[in-house]
Amino acid sequence: MIKLNLNGEPREIAASADTPLLWALRDELGLTGTKFGCGVASCGACTVNVNGALVRSCQTFVGDIDGATVTTIEGAQDATTEAVRAAWVELEVPQCGYCQSGQILSAAALLRDTPKPTDDDIDTAMDGNLCRCATYARIRKAIHRASEIVEG
Amino acid sequence: MLNRIISQAVSARGTTRRGFLKMSAGAAGGLILGGALLPTAATAQGGPDSLATPFVHIRPDNTVVVIVKHLDKGQGTATGLATLIADELDADAAQVTTQFAPANTGLYANTLLGVQGTGGSTAMPNSWQQYREAGATARAMLVAAAAKTWGVDPASITISNGEITDGANKATLGDMAVAAAKQSVPDSVTLKSPDQWVYIGKSFPRVDVARKTQGATGMFGMDVAMEGLMYAVSLRSPRFGGALAGLDDAEARAMPGVIDVIRLPDRAAVIAESTWQAIQARDALSAEWDFSQAENRGTEELRAEYTALLDEDGIVFENAAVSQVEEVKVIEADYFFPYLAHTPMEPIDVTVLFDGAEATFWTGSQIQTLDQNIGAQVLGIDPGSVKIETLWGGGSFGRRAIYDSHYVAEAAMIAQAWLQTHGQARPIKLVWTREDDVRGGYYRPMHMHRVRASLDVDGNITSWEQRVVGQGIAIGTAFEQFMVSGGVDASSVEGLGQHSAYTIPGWSVDVHHPRVGVPVLWWRSVGHTHTAYVVETIMDELAEAAEADPVEFRLRYLTDPRARGVLELAAEKAGKIPDGLTRGIAVHKSFGSYVAEIADVRIRQDGTVKVEHVTCAVDCGVPINPSNIEAQIEGGLGYGLSAILREEITMTEGEVNQSNFYDYTPLRITDMPQVDVHIVQSTEAPTGIGEPGTPPIGPAVANAVRRATGKTVRDLPFSNHGLA
Repeated sequence: MIKLNLNGEPREIAASADTPLLWALRDELGLTGTKFGCGVASCGACTVNVNGALVRSCQTFVGDIDGATVTTIEGAQDATTEAVRAAWVELEVPQCGYCQSGQILSAAALLRDTPKPTDDDIDTAMDGNLCRCATYARIRKAIHRASEIVEG
Repeated sequence: MLNRIISQAVSARGTTRRGFLKMSAGAAGGLILGGALLPTAATAQGGPDSLATPFVHIRPDNTVVVIVKHLDKGQGTATGLATLIADELDADAAQVTTQFAPANTGLYANTLLGVQGTGGSTAMPNSWQQYREAGATARAMLVAAAAKTWGVDPASITISNGEITDGANKATLGDMAVAAAKQSVPDSVTLKSPDQWVYIGKSFPRVDVARKTQGATGMFGMDVAMEGLMYAVSLRSPRFGGALAGLDDAEARAMPGVIDVIRLPDRAAVIAESTWQAIQARDALSAEWDFSQAENRGTEELRAEYTALLDEDGIVFENAAVSQVEEVKVIEADYFFPYLAHTPMEPIDVTVLFDGAEATFWTGSQIQTLDQNIGAQVLGIDPGSVKIETLWGGGSFGRRAIYDSHYVAEAAMIAQAWLQTHGQARPIKLVWTREDDVRGGYYRPMHMHRVRASLDVDGNITSWEQRVVGQGIAIGTAFEQFMVSGGVDASSVEGLGQHSAYTIPGWSVDVHHPRVGVPVLWWRSVGHTHTAYVVETIMDELAEAAEADPVEFRLRYLTDPRARGVLELAAEKAGKIPDGLTRGIAVHKSFGSYVAEIADVRIRQDGTVKVEHVTCAVDCGVPINPSNIEAQIEGGLGYGLSAILREEITMTEGEVNQSNFYDYTPLRITDMPQVDVHIVQSTEAPTGIGEPGTPPIGPAVANAVRRATGKTVRDLPFSNHGLA
């Protein structure tokens, strides 16, 4: 059994070591907020935090992260992520919404590193997160807005 | 096989499109103005104490549940329908929630399509009257209930922001729900005048965004979870139309978590305890394919055949008298538009439970009537025994509006085979991986155009001959009977000739529809994806040849005042061209709406194109929800820009060369321009907004690039020319 601290709670994974974290989260642990978009780390829909770093869970194998601290969209409730959520709702960023778990976690990570990002900073940080609805223009605006919310 | 099933499924209901229309018009009239507003078993559940109509339930707990007959796959339809009901009801936005309607063509048909379905940017146009009347009817019954309860004149009662009052007494909508349900349904209702609207044309918060920032738990088909759920992944023929000739599944069956391998005529499905185990085991299958009936040609061969057809007369779509005016300047051009995949972020999925007598499908169903009928046909049961649980769609762009319900049929075949083998009903979630999606067909059909256009000595257009070559989407499907006329499939020529906003002298159009074994489908804005590109790039070159301003030149041929309006508005708002950029303009009418887009473009040092800024003007009739219109225009142009920059599906010997987002490469944030959207305050009936933002962006950018490089890109995508 692989042990994780998942969203603040100890959890065990029975799936084999070569199982991507994505599928362990979704099919075994029932946490479906982490989305399957491509399976090859090309779209960012499956983004989660492992030991404080953003990873693509479709290319992170559970055998490699035994004992790790994992935060998914369901467990991300820090002030920065909540500011991003508030900005996302205020500016009505999501359309279909399928990619937005990954967008929100990536945006929160950017703001933790760079509290006042420029548009170029945003483009660089968010380039790995595809959105077929092309909500990108509002994503940029909402990240600036979230930055203001964090500043208070 | 699927086409045969769907033909039967549709004809079994005795329905041509006209038949559908008659039926639904009758149903709608009866529903709203007759007695059918009363709760019925066929409507979504309202609970025993609710005021429950087919379109809205008002519950004693003071929630207003709007029953959404359309699929919301991001385009904001659920919010739009909620806006219409809430406005007529004078509900507080905070008390309004939504729920998708069950499959029920009689109650929930799209009055413009005839079936229960979402497409052609018709959700708001066909619901505009229906949902406002439903809201007004419920309101009238609440007022009647309050008047009776308080013993006052109904005329003394007002409702505002969810509060009912006669000045002395106060109640919530929920307080009156039970009493209202006992009131008679009014024969007719008076709708608000525009000056009375509280949400329409102003704002109404999206009903779905908060959940979509929390992981969207329970919203998408991909996330369906239930006791005993199994997961299925299929191995399909690498060429379209291939048959499964042999299968070695011994290795796959021995893998952990594998429950069964089901062999179907053209595919094999692995059923496992988890999605990942099913994917792994599928890779271990060894299949032999029979390609004797398959499409074995590649893109090169198809392109050569299409090019040869450009030299041959096609089926006439628009006939024009040959101009007798002397031609002074002539522009001749051939265009190539590749196959395109939709790649919605949520790959295809459907969950099925079949017990031999009844079945339920959980999916982002876009044409519920077909999913229900075709699912029933495959399973050999009555459509009434099939439930469709519509879930939110993780994007579609046309991909879920399937004329043959092929993935519902696939799931049904797997469920049937499972039941026959195991004798026990268990839910199965069929998942398509991204590779399955990219390589799975149902593409925007590849098209070629040839245009020869000329100017007279005064710089006026004197002739415009156009030939179109491409598969007709509806040809060979059950939709052929109402989408194909005189051999011309409307989806290849929409936006041309008399269907254009332009009145151009001497515009003739003919068409070839070659038969190709690649399944094709409507892709956000359908034929307009290529017709607008051709028309607007040729117009721009003609303007230049005539030494005319591109806006002024277009205005000479735009007789429709609404088309002129958006072009003039966009031109005014765009202002001066920033230093170092070039500008391109396009205007196009589609799905009843008018959009002009003005793109300011920079050529990077490496020669690639960066669209810095786009100014848009849109006239879609009454702007029901301005925030959503802005979002759909931004997203629609982003989708169109994505296609022209880097998207193409190509084939070699019948096999698709692309497979995932590393070789089929949609737009990322780095290529997204800043966008300004200006909305015309129209009083016309609302028209579509999901698609009309897409057609103008390609030609607007191409025109801007031509002004920088001297060349119009006519062979898409841009990436094949070092431009992206």
